[in-house]
Amino acid sequence: MQRVAVIALNTFREAVRDRVLYNLIVFALLLMGTAVLFGQISIQIEELIVVNLGLTAMTFFGLAIAIFIGIGLVYKEMDKRTLYVLFAKPVRRSEFILAKFCGLGLTLFVNIALMTVGFYGALYYVKRSLAGPDTYLLVAIYFVFLELLLVTALALLFSSFSSPVLSAAFTLGLFIGGSLADDIRELTRFVEIPWLGLVTNAVYYLVPNFRNFNVISSVAHGQPVPAALVWLNTAYAALYIGLVLAASALILQNRNLK
Amino acid sequence: MVAIEIINLTKDYPRGFWRKSYRRALDHLDLTVQAGEVFGLLGPNGAGKSTTLKLLMRLIYPTAGTARLLGQPFENIETHQRIGFLPESPYFYDYLTAREFLDYCGQLFGQSRSERRRRVGELLERVGLVEAADVALRNFSRGMLQRVGIAQAIINDPDLVFLDEPMLGLDAVGRREVRDLILELHAAGKTICFSTHVLPDVEALCDRVAILNRGRLHGLGGLDDILKMKVQASEVVVAQPSPGLVEELRRLTDGVRIAGDKLNLTVPDDKLYAVIECVRQKQGRLVAVNPVRPSLEDYFFQEFGTEKVPDLIKRL
Repeated sequence: MQRVAVIALNTFREAVRDRVLYNLIVFALLLMGTAVLFGQISIQIEELIVVNLGLTAMTFFGLAIAIFIGIGLVYKEMDKRTLYVLFAKPVRRSEFILAKFCGLGLTLFVNIALMTVGFYGALYYVKRSLAGPDTYLLVAIYFVFLELLLVTALALLFSSFSSPVLSAAFTLGLFIGGSLADDIRELTRFVEIPWLGLVTNAVYYLVPNFRNFNVISSVAHGQPVPAALVWLNTAYAALYIGLVLAASALILQNRNLK
Repeated sequence: MVAIEIINLTKDYPRGFWRKSYRRALDHLDLTVQAGEVFGLLGPNGAGKSTTLKLLMRLIYPTAGTARLLGQPFENIETHQRIGFLPESPYFYDYLTAREFLDYCGQLFGQSRSERRRRVGELLERVGLVEAADVALRNFSRGMLQRVGIAQAIINDPDLVFLDEPMLGLDAVGRREVRDLILELHAAGKTICFSTHVLPDVEALCDRVAILNRGRLHGLGGLDDILKMKVQASEVVVAQPSPGLVEELRRLTDGVRIAGDKLNLTVPDDKLYAVIECVRQKQGRLVAVNPVRPSLEDYFFQEFGTEKVPDLIKRL
């Protein structure tokens, strides 16, 4: 595990030096602008707007980082042949995959943690106080983080066998498909093709169901998130990520470096 | 003790997408390297040298055959704890400084912080990068990267070191330093296996060499053993030659060159004693008789023909 930690921390260091965290500036400006603007208008929806915008921006920025860094995690190292040096040391390929995932996960965690601080700052500016239901927002942020970890794992999987452009397309496609998983299953209600039910059911169960992680509108309205959903989403994400990382490790394990 | 044992190692690369064909990069290689040897892998481009090293480091997988490194099956990744490797034209994380990169490599070997600090300092000094230790690798020249590569290959004080073209990109001073480093490692009892195009380095460093061509082992043994077979002439130097002696020698052999007040002759072995007798009779002074040992360059010309050699020579 020590080697995993070493490579993960180096992946985090790479992200920091590549100025990935600069997105925080854009996020901060966006939130500050929104808070100031709607704080002036004050038509009782400013809190709703800040919550919706803040959480959506967190998802959007996080998604951009997860996809655009994730797709290069293995490919870049293979292309630039830095893996030659790494795998000549006592580093297993499965350790490398796990470490890369943890490294980008850490980057996303730091990113989201800093965004959360800014987000609550903007919320405080708008409301002039923070109340108990505002803690529900932390659950929504936690779900955003789980969602981003899932996307990272998928990007890593595609990165281990395809080019960055294809990996980005596949990952984004799966994210969109996973966000629409429920709608895809409902297709059979509108189209009567005998075999379609099988296909849509298969797609529904295969693609990661991102919709389950989206509780933004309910927490924006001050509704609590059931504890069962927190556990279920955590278990679902852990299982799915575990399977995807195992597949990535298997693919890389059998690959000849070029 | 055997450090490297290669048994029937074969590698085919697939070509094409739909209708796959295969190109054989390494063809049933059998090889043994004893512990403490400096072993050279030689051959023109595409001979299979880098493929062999990549197979041994498990960067690519063999189509057939196996190997043992330091007595362990080469699949055993834990053996890499005692192995160092410099890839050809290495590229490292360019956002790190040389010191950070070497420290990172030390961490991968599980070295303690104090051990790493000591070792990294030593190696930066050894490869002449103390001044540039805290400069990001993206600003390094190719030669400097090669030095970093050599340092990372021995950060763990390995028993077995693989170096793929270690002299590549180095200037004359750098090459000399790497030569000295290899000799130091040799003196410390390490086993070194390196591939190269630079033939004088092989002649200066290697106990034994394997010559590869088109994936096949073409020759194996001590340099003298390989080149001895080709010795067919001697160089004879004669001082104070009389005009009669020059005439007589020219009748005996074609290779007579006058250099100042001396004669240099390249004499085929079957005429050597006749030439010496002639010098004695004509009262010339015999200065030297040396067997003409062909260089590896000559060997390559003879063995592989001119079509492969220009590429080989170009990179010297």
